[in-house]
Amino acid sequence: MMRLLLLLLAVFALPARAEEVVMGLSKDRVSITADFDGSEILIFGAVKREAEIRTDPPLEVIVTVSGPVSPVTVWRKARRFGIWVNTDAVEIDAAPSFYAVATSAPWPDVITEVEDLRHKVSVNRAIRSVGAPMNIVDSPSFTEALIRLRETRSLYQQRPVTVTFNESTLFDTRISMPANIVEGTYTVRVLLTRGGQVVSQYSSELEVGKVGLERWLYNLSRNQPPLYGLLSLVIAIAAGWGASAAFRALRSG
Amino acid sequence: MQIYLPIAEVSVNVFLLFGLGGLVGVLSGMFGVGGGFLITPLLFFMGIPPAVAVATGANQIVASSVSAVLAHLKRRTVDLRMGTVLLCGGLVGAALGVYVFNLLKQVGQVDLLVRVCYVVFLGIIGSLMFVESLRALSRSKKGGPPKRRHHGWVHGLPFKMRFRTSGLYISAIPPLLVGLSVGVLSAIMGVGGGFIMVPAMIYLLGMPTKVVVGTSLFQIIFVTAFTTMLHAVTNYTVDILLALVLLIGGVIGAQFGTAFGTRLKAEQLRILLASLVLLVCGKLALDLFLTPSDLYELGGQ
Repeated sequence: MMRLLLLLLAVFALPARAEEVVMGLSKDRVSITADFDGSEILIFGAVKREAEIRTDPPLEVIVTVSGPVSPVTVWRKARRFGIWVNTDAVEIDAAPSFYAVATSAPWPDVITEVEDLRHKVSVNRAIRSVGAPMNIVDSPSFTEALIRLRETRSLYQQRPVTVTFNESTLFDTRISMPANIVEGTYTVRVLLTRGGQVVSQYSSELEVGKVGLERWLYNLSRNQPPLYGLLSLVIAIAAGWGASAAFRALRSG
Repeated sequence: MQIYLPIAEVSVNVFLLFGLGGLVGVLSGMFGVGGGFLITPLLFFMGIPPAVAVATGANQIVASSVSAVLAHLKRRTVDLRMGTVLLCGGLVGAALGVYVFNLLKQVGQVDLLVRVCYVVFLGIIGSLMFVESLRALSRSKKGGPPKRRHHGWVHGLPFKMRFRTSGLYISAIPPLLVGLSVGVLSAIMGVGGGFIMVPAMIYLLGMPTKVVVGTSLFQIIFVTAFTTMLHAVTNYTVDILLALVLLIGGVIGAQFGTAFGTRLKAEQLRILLASLVLLVCGKLALDLFLTPSDLYELGGQ
């Protein structure tokens, strides 16, 4: 009798551990080649559980893909002497170069404010801005501008209700990355929520990098800039000389 | 077909880029200009970061100038001595220009500097050329002989040198200063500076017109090559792939341009070029004066 009571207690006390999320990616490497024009990755997975499926409140899924984090300066223009000049700047301490967040239901239904703050799920929370200079009173508008500017270039994507979630068990979503993404290690996270609370999460890494000619030219330009500069000059001079020689040959016969 | 540029880190349509190179090639073949003043702003409009556009533009001019100067060397219309003096000034100017460029890049004002430079210089040169060629056109209709100009103050300066090919005996200071200012512009604007150098040589130094273009091209090769190296070493902003596509387009375009240019009269050509310069200037000026669609802008990473 005592043992049964303990077991029941254990089941009710640890509902969070009862459901675990596992995830896979259609590829773990995005290669930037000379004809790179963006890439689409399929993120899929399942919920592992030992107990019966509980549907009230329903289980929801959030998928985030985050690029390498770096500081960004946001400039604001103002009219000076009749022309528009960059006047105010706010240094955002850490902003992901790419950030996509997809959910299985409208945003307010999947996560609470507190959980968002704790797990840094939404774009606003993923950006960290500690302090703006004293003379700038409206620093949040700089963060908003960063999000807006990157959204127009598809670098930040908020995609509610784009995760298909079947039978509270299987989920999948597609995230498209634009052509102007930066290189580095990207983090893919899946959060499982119930009633706005995160019950399980899983993360995995995705490598984005230039390959082949792109890689070689980029490395050369950073590691041996004098050689790279000379190479570009040699190409230019050879092309110029070649054009003039070809033109002469065409004219003479 | 899209092509991913490894240094600019953007993907652009290769045919659009090729067409742009071709268009500028046609113009440079027609008018005998490097075309840098057109290619760099057009690259801005295409979404190439300004720093990359400027550095790659300089590299592109090396190619078109080499192609053109070989023809001039054959015709002996290059004043090597004058070219060398201009070059000495030009190299110092280019170093100065890259230094200023990097300084402003840190302060976040480099886009503004480049754009203002373009508006000011294209505006001045374009209007001068337009007025001058309109006058020449009306003169040629009346049939009167062109007036000769005097260059009084230039001849009063010390350090005189003899420039045999140009038939000049003048101080080395004005050519050095001309070279210097063109060097600065070359680094900041990503242009060869031919559009400033040619009028300066004719009106300021009084060089005969037939050696002006060859000599200016000769010095432009070295100044832009030096600028390319400086940008490659300090900013890592030269994009070989971008330059290559532009080059191929430019080389082919230049052949058509040269053939087309021989059918037009010199004054008509100059008016066309002047209108084109003013058009680019107007577009850039509008961007400076009109309220931008977004007041905010991200700094370079």
